[in-house]
Amino acid sequence: MGKEALIEDIRTKLGRAVEAVSDSFGDTVLTVRSDSLRSALAGLRERPFDYAVLLDITCVDFAAGEGRFELVYHLYSLSRNVRLRLKTSVPASDPAAASASGLWKNAGWLEREVFDMFGVRFPGHPDLKRILTYEGFEGHPLRKSYPWRLAQPRIPLKDKL
Amino acid sequence: MSGFDFLTTRLETALGWGRKFSLFHYPFITACCGMEYMSAACAHFDIDRFGAGLTRFSPRQADLLLVVGTVTHKLAPVLKTVYDQMLEPKWVIAFGACAVSGGIYQNYAVVQGIDRIIPVDVYIPGCPPRPETVLDGLMKLQDRIQHQKQDWRWGKKP
Amino acid sequence: MQTRIQREARPESMLINMGPSHPAMHGTIRIMLELDAERILNAEVEVGYLHRGFEKTCENKTYFNLLPYTDRLNYVSPLINNLGYAMTMEKMLGVAVPERAQLIRVLMSELSRVSDHLTCLAAMAMECGAFTVFLYMMKAREFLWDTIEFTAGARMTTSYIRIGGVRADLHPDWRASLAAAVGETRKVLKDVAGLLDKNSIFQGRTRGVGVMSQEDALSYGWTGPCLRSTGVPYDVRKASPYLVYDRLKFEVPTGECGDNYDRYNVRMREMEQSLRLLEQIAVLIPEAPPLTGGLEIEPAEAIRVSRRQKAPGRVRLSPNLEGSEKDRLAGLMTSDGPVGVPPKEDTYATMEGLISHFLFFMNGKGIRPPKGDVYFSVEGGNGEVGFYIVSDGTDRPYRLHLRAPCFHVVAALEQLIIGRLIADVIPTFGSMNMIGGELDR
Repeated sequence: MGKEALIEDIRTKLGRAVEAVSDSFGDTVLTVRSDSLRSALAGLRERPFDYAVLLDITCVDFAAGEGRFELVYHLYSLSRNVRLRLKTSVPASDPAAASASGLWKNAGWLEREVFDMFGVRFPGHPDLKRILTYEGFEGHPLRKSYPWRLAQPRIPLKDKL
Repeated sequence: MSGFDFLTTRLETALGWGRKFSLFHYPFITACCGMEYMSAACAHFDIDRFGAGLTRFSPRQADLLLVVGTVTHKLAPVLKTVYDQMLEPKWVIAFGACAVSGGIYQNYAVVQGIDRIIPVDVYIPGCPPRPETVLDGLMKLQDRIQHQKQDWRWGKKP
Repeated sequence: MQTRIQREARPESMLINMGPSHPAMHGTIRIMLELDAERILNAEVEVGYLHRGFEKTCENKTYFNLLPYTDRLNYVSPLINNLGYAMTMEKMLGVAVPERAQLIRVLMSELSRVSDHLTCLAAMAMECGAFTVFLYMMKAREFLWDTIEFTAGARMTTSYIRIGGVRADLHPDWRASLAAAVGETRKVLKDVAGLLDKNSIFQGRTRGVGVMSQEDALSYGWTGPCLRSTGVPYDVRKASPYLVYDRLKFEVPTGECGDNYDRYNVRMREMEQSLRLLEQIAVLIPEAPPLTGGLEIEPAEAIRVSRRQKAPGRVRLSPNLEGSEKDRLAGLMTSDGPVGVPPKEDTYATMEGLISHFLFFMNGKGIRPPKGDVYFSVEGGNGEVGFYIVSDGTDRPYRLHLRAPCFHVVAALEQLIIGRLIADVIPTFGSMNMIGGELDR
């Protein structure tokens, strides 16, 4: 189906969840409300959209300017060979979003990475803990408020000779 | 007693010769430098001709710790444990810019040089170093091993 | 602090740790196993031991400066990461890359892809005991790296593919070294196929081990050779062709049941397809345009003459050296806007060139893409390598994210090894081609 027809169908299926549909350098971007995130993802995974592959979940920190974190989901439909970017915003004061771990199996690790790097919680996730940094690391490194060079050594380091 | 000194220097030379030509290395490989380590260890550049070809994957059996690649703060306790498990005499080569000084990564996650954790004998710079550089570093270590002094007093460590 | 496996473990089973530093030369990953004799009851995989802060570092570097960091992501096929980043930026900036640069990019991508598969299979075979295969494949890889080195200057982390084109032209002798590399690799592949394909030990360790179904693979977001081994023919080069792949003839090999042997077989056949692509590209790349500037003189002669007057004619230097590449630049770097370093002949000889050089490198100036976000992906050695870049109009990215293909592949490792023996972990993990730089970023 053509791009416009696809957008129309998505709007019809998801209804009030859709906030905006836009185009960014050739990519289709769908913005949804954060409280209907899970139903939107589940709806997109079903036919006729058939976005069977969750390529990526990531997050962008707009806390300083706009007071929100923006979660970005990249979906791919194998049967129709189209991609979709889905965005939703969560407030920076209490960032939490519904977990997609029941829909796609890799969502488990991807959401752990977003939690580790940004501190966004995913209620419903089976085992939300840090994945790239270590137990005992305080803070969330990819937030703009975390200093780039602030190391937290696990063992005492010797001074340079 | 000059006779005793003559004997011990001969013995040190022999010990040095024996140790330097039969190094068992433990490749603590983490990152991109591992690819150049594989090149150096294989047929084209071959560290086996220097006697250092046998890899021992247990720190208890190795005497050369080759720290290859970036060491992050998450991995630092593991490196220290592996180094502590090795038996004397032991040597450490810091292979690659990240092991030498943190390399191009100066941020929250990377240890700025493994000499902050363990003592290092030879630093091989490069990102990644060419296998010829690795062999040059190995030869420098062999020189160092040859001229290492042994403390012959009873009960003292070298 | 207890890990999940410690919490879930039965009191009579043994917990063993295949620690971050272990003989399988894939980098650092920790697999915790709960064992009953040799059977694995439960497994937990811990990653992040090579988390080097790539994404945070990129927020603090300019778009041009962060190119070397992309080399070190999937470090066995570094030029493909360069390519992914450069093409994402070109999509955002809207520049068109010249034809010759596109052909050279395909050449370098395929060389990287072959060396990626060679390294993966060599390590996998070595861990199963076939040390000869490792040595043979490393020998072939040396020839490939020689070809890359004569052009790009470095064997591995080259930073050769830049935004807008490539850094320099192919070296004058490239056809000969490429032919040697392709010939050696073909010989090695034939030998390795003879050693491993019908080997009963290798078959016993890989057939029926680590089986992944198509639905699970898609649910885990697998891409690349691992997905193709389950039977799904998804290849970014065919699905959304980039560069000149739509003009080249190659097949996408698929496997049958998604076990270790299929992953090995798919990689072997993909290497053959990549060699086919290399031969096609070698025919397509035209001869380099001749250098202008008159008769060429040797450097020593030029130095001697220039003590009294400006050297007549052109000094015989390699056209890849800075200061002699302006003639070739039209085919190598786009002319749409200042996305590449201006040629040194202009920088050192004209005022406008000097100013444009400064404007490229100064803080706050240089490459400044329009505001917005973009995602672009290329086919890497492990699958779909995607870059997601958010720009706020300044010269540094606001957010740069790598979609790492082996992150999703390793997420499925626990499922693949539970219920099997410890010895099955080795070929399973080896066939997944986990690259630490890409997994942990």
